[in-house]
Formats: sequence, C-alpha cells, structure tokens
Amino acid sequence: MIERTPILDAVTHALMLLGLVLAALPIVVVFVASTHDLATVNRVPMPLWPGDHMAENYARVWDKSRFGEKMLNSLIVATGVTVGKITIAALSAFSIVYFRYRLRMVFFWLIFITLMLPLEVRIVPTYAVAADALQPFRVIAGGFGLELGIPQINLLNSYAGLILPLVATATGTFLYRQFFLTVPDELAEAAKMDGAGPMRFFIDVLIPLSRANMAALATIMFVYAWNQYLWPLLITTDQKMATATMQLQKLVPGPLFGQPPLWNEAMAATLMVMAPPLLVVVFMQGWFVKGLVASDK
Amino acid sequence: MADIGIRSVSKSYGRQPVVHGIDLDVRSGEFVVVLGPSGCGKSTLLRMIAGLEEITEGEIAIGGRVVNMLEPRERGCAMVFQNYALYPHMTVAENIGYALKVAGTARDERRRRVREVAATVGLDEFLDRKPGQLSGGQRQRVAMARAMIREPKVFLFDEPLSNLDAKLRVQMRIEIRKLHNRLGVTSVFVTHDQIEAMTLADRLVVMNAGRIEQAGTPEDIYRAPASRFVASFVGSPPMNLIDAVVDEAGGIVIGGVALPVPHRLAAGRKVTAGIRPEDVVLSDGGELRSDVDFVEELGSVRLLHGRLNDVDFVVQVAAADRRATGALAFTVPPKRIHLFDADTGLRIEHDTPVAIAAE
Repeated sequence: MIERTPILDAVTHALMLLGLVLAALPIVVVFVASTHDLATVNRVPMPLWPGDHMAENYARVWDKSRFGEKMLNSLIVATGVTVGKITIAALSAFSIVYFRYRLRMVFFWLIFITLMLPLEVRIVPTYAVAADALQPFRVIAGGFGLELGIPQINLLNSYAGLILPLVATATGTFLYRQFFLTVPDELAEAAKMDGAGPMRFFIDVLIPLSRANMAALATIMFVYAWNQYLWPLLITTDQKMATATMQLQKLVPGPLFGQPPLWNEAMAATLMVMAPPLLVVVFMQGWFVKGLVASDK
Repeated sequence: MADIGIRSVSKSYGRQPVVHGIDLDVRSGEFVVVLGPSGCGKSTLLRMIAGLEEITEGEIAIGGRVVNMLEPRERGCAMVFQNYALYPHMTVAENIGYALKVAGTARDERRRRVREVAATVGLDEFLDRKPGQLSGGQRQRVAMARAMIREPKVFLFDEPLSNLDAKLRVQMRIEIRKLHNRLGVTSVFVTHDQIEAMTLADRLVVMNAGRIEQAGTPEDIYRAPASRFVASFVGSPPMNLIDAVVDEAGGIVIGGVALPVPHRLAAGRKVTAGIRPEDVVLSDGGELRSDVDFVEELGSVRLLHGRLNDVDFVVQVAAADRRATGALAFTVPPKRIHLFDADTGLRIEHDTPVAIAAE
C-alpha cells in the first residue's frame, strides 16, 4: 500500500519518533548515569549530559565484580543453550514432519503444550532433577522393586546444569515444523532416488535450506538464554559459576547492607551486560527478519 | 538396461483403491508412455516402480528381480520430476553430482562425470549457477542430467514437460526421444498430453480410472481404439462420438440418416459411432448434414466446428478449402466408422478384418 499524503507522513513520523524516544530514553539515562562520579549521580536533578568519569567507572566495576569471568560464563551458557535448542528443535521437527509413525501428532502436541510450562512453573521439579539427574529412573525402577544401583549425577554448579534444563523448546520445534512443511515433498523424494538416507537428506538439504530460520531462532534464543536470571540464581552457589545477570543483581542495593547503591557503577555494569545480546541482534538482524518473514525457495 | 514386469499391481489409500490390478511388461530398452487424464493412477503406478509408494498388492520386477521390498536407491531407477525437484541451495554441478557424492565417488571422478553428462544436455556453461538463476528449459535439463549421471537401468519421467511453455515442450520432447535413441535405456514416461505420448512412445499405454484401457503402438491405438474412452482421448482434434442405433438392414442410423457399416450387428442395438475429423469426405450429395458455427484456422489444416444430431461435430479440411460457416454436406467411408457398444464403451470389430492401409 502506497499513500502519498503529507499529513499522514508527518503523523507517522511523529509516532515513530515517539516510539524511539520511549524506547531509548531509559537507556540514555543509564548511559549518562554511568559517566558521572557517585556524588553527581545522586544529585537532584541528575545531570542530563555525560560526565567525564566514564572510563574509570567501567574499569572499576569490571574488576571489582569480576565481569570478565561472569561474562565468559554467560557466553558459554547462552551459546550452549542456543546450539542445544537449535539441534533439538530441528531434529524433533524433522521427525514430526518427515516420518510417519503412530502417535506422531500426540508427540507434536506434547511438545507444543510445553509452551504453557516455562521453566518458572516447573522450577521445583527441575531443581530436584538437576540435583540428582537420574533420580526419575531410580524412582521408576524402585516402583518395580528393582535396585539397579543407578549412580547419582549432580548438575548443580555446572555448565551442564545451567544449560540442559533450558534446551528443550516448543517454539523452535514449531518454527522448524512450519518451515519443513513448506519444503516441497519432491525434494525428499529426489534425495531418496539419489540414494540419500534420512540423515543425509537432513544434513545436506534441510539444514542448508533452513539457514535463515536457524539464524532467527539463534538470535531469539541467545538473547533469551543470556537474560536468564532465576535459574542460574537457583542452581549456582559457587561464585565461580555465576552468570553476568546474577552479578548485576549484587550491585543493587549497595555492596554493604543498608548502604545506598553505587548507581554510577551499577549503570555501567548494566550497559556492559546488555552489550553482547545487543551485538548479536545487530549482526543477525538481516537474517533474523528473513527467517521470520520471507521464504525464498 | 532392464525389463520391467508389472504383475497384477494394485494400490489403495486406506480403503480407496486407485490402481486396480495392472499387468504390463516393459521390454528392455523400450520407451513406454503411460497416458491418461489426471487422477487415473498413472503417476501412482510410476511412483510404485520408483519405490516412492508402497505396492498394496501384486509385484513389480526390474531386470528379473522383484523390487517390492527394495529401497528406491536399490532399484536402479532414476526419476525426472514434474517440478524438477532441484536442490535450490546447490549449484547445477552439485545437483547433478549429488547422487555420486552420496555414493561416495571420489571428487575428481565426480567432477569428470558431471562435466561429461552436462555436456550431453548442453549445460556446460551453467555448472556454477544455482537453479533459481536458470530458465525452465535449463532446469529441465539439470533434472535430466541428474537422472542420467547414475547410469540407471530405468528412466522414469513424471510429466516432466508440463511446466514448460509450448515451444520448449516440443523441443524438449525431441531431445528426450533423441537421448533415448542414443542411450537406449528402458524408459517409462507418464503424461496427460496425447501428442507428447504419440510422438515419444514405442508403446503407448492408455489408462483410465486405475485400469489399462489399451496398450499398443501409437499407430495401432490411433487406428483401432479399444474403447470409447481411448477414442476420445487419443487424437487431436479428438474423434467425433455420436449415439446411433442399428437398423433392420444392419447399418446404423444417426439422426435419421442410415449409414452402412462393415460390422455384423443385431437390429436395435445401441452403439456409439466414432468418426475422426480427417476421415470425413465432403460432397454436395453427402447424406450427413451439419451447420458450421465457426472455423478454426490451424495453418496446415482448418477445422469446421458444427453440430450433428445435437452433439458437437468437427470436420477437418485442407487449408486450401476456403469454406466458411454455413450448411455442410458430407459422407463417411463405411470402413472409417468406429463403433463402440453404448453400454460398455468397448470397441466392436468389423465383421471381416479390413486392412485399412490397403485402401
């Protein structure tokens, strides 16, 4: 639809600007606050222009809260979750779309309804399993009166514990399913005639075709995993395994009980923690839009 | 190269039968065209040979080996699909060579053979392009090359020309036939286009509603269609079919006009008379009359469209005949009249076999 009316143009632009201001203003304030010393930040009203303590604030909070280590943890967890989610989503969608077996739709709906069971809802049982990964099997075996000597596997304070409970994804499976449904059946048949087995077809044809999809999913999932707060907080007691978002929380309120927060440092840390997912979105944006909107086949 | 034996093969989806017990033998090196309207089960038959559909009943043998339980790749067939089914993310060379890559052929060997096959179908310059950058005809060639590179025992074509424009279709048709003459690989070609079928086939198989109506050389089928369905489907323009009744004299009556026929028939029997548009002889004293509504100009011939006994009736005349719309009188040589039973639709043979060619 192409409209050529100056008034409508003006209104549209005004709306866009309003949206931009609404979205950007808090971040500008955060940035300004991160560039002043503590006294200036706490003044009322707060100055609206950046000060000259930026470098020292960032450096100080980076060292003090050991963000190097925490960011690395976050990066490992977010990457692990992203890779895991994509792998599982692609494989389960592949199974649902390309194989005819009984209860296929039942499995699809089982996956689908987990959309209604985010981690926060099932956090207690998930924690129980993370503390003793094989416990469900032991309980089942016990129900049959078996003592199989199943070992205890404790995932607390480990990358596996941080990553695994987050990798199952109904959204991803659904996204992949919708994509696979648009791939013409003849491609699978041609691959069959060419002698390629199912996994060969999956790797040689479906995966390359779904690159745009994968990028979109990866972007969403990376941001999701990076921003995880509750689960890491619950499962890590060892400070070495803490993630960046957890570390951020420790800055507000202040380092000692009853002290006012060091707002300038907290704001500097906030911007640093925000940066990696932001960069991922910026770099993946082209692919991201393509993956969710277009389908060039 | 291999022969294909199809023995009482049927196929049903759930309780819905689509192919009813088909028997067909394709000789080694033969080019068989399966012709039929959409939904007649011809593609299903082809896909059962390829191994893309399970065979509900009966058995298919390729080169003497029953293949019912074999995977498509073990059957030695290569298939050209209607929409080509090229892998969109691979270059032409990768598309053609994919079967070899799966089979684990060494890279140099693969490259050599891809180039060889691409040259036979005239694709040498396009090896690095993606399918999206090719025209319809070029994609068609890639699909052919992809099938050829495996040096299959059997070629299967599933309406491969129906996505091309008319001119290209004629050109590709000739190329496919030339290719077959050179390679001599057993081929089964499925189509709903009777001209394609007539021109390509060593042997033509006409299917309708999951059954074979007639199998034979294109010439035999054209000259002596085994049923009303085949008569209406093969030939362009199609045969005129008119209801008629047998009179006391053993001739037929069409709209009050009696015509003698070389068939022995019981009086009162209801039949369908078939008259090919080119068999009509115009003569002012002719007993049959039709009113021409409009004239179709085809260049080499002209088609006069009219009505006879309340059904459409087409007469073909030479281009030099400049007759326009209006009344038309004509006759039909008795030997040229095909008769079909009105109820079963089956052909009624002449009483004494008449060699039409001897006329």
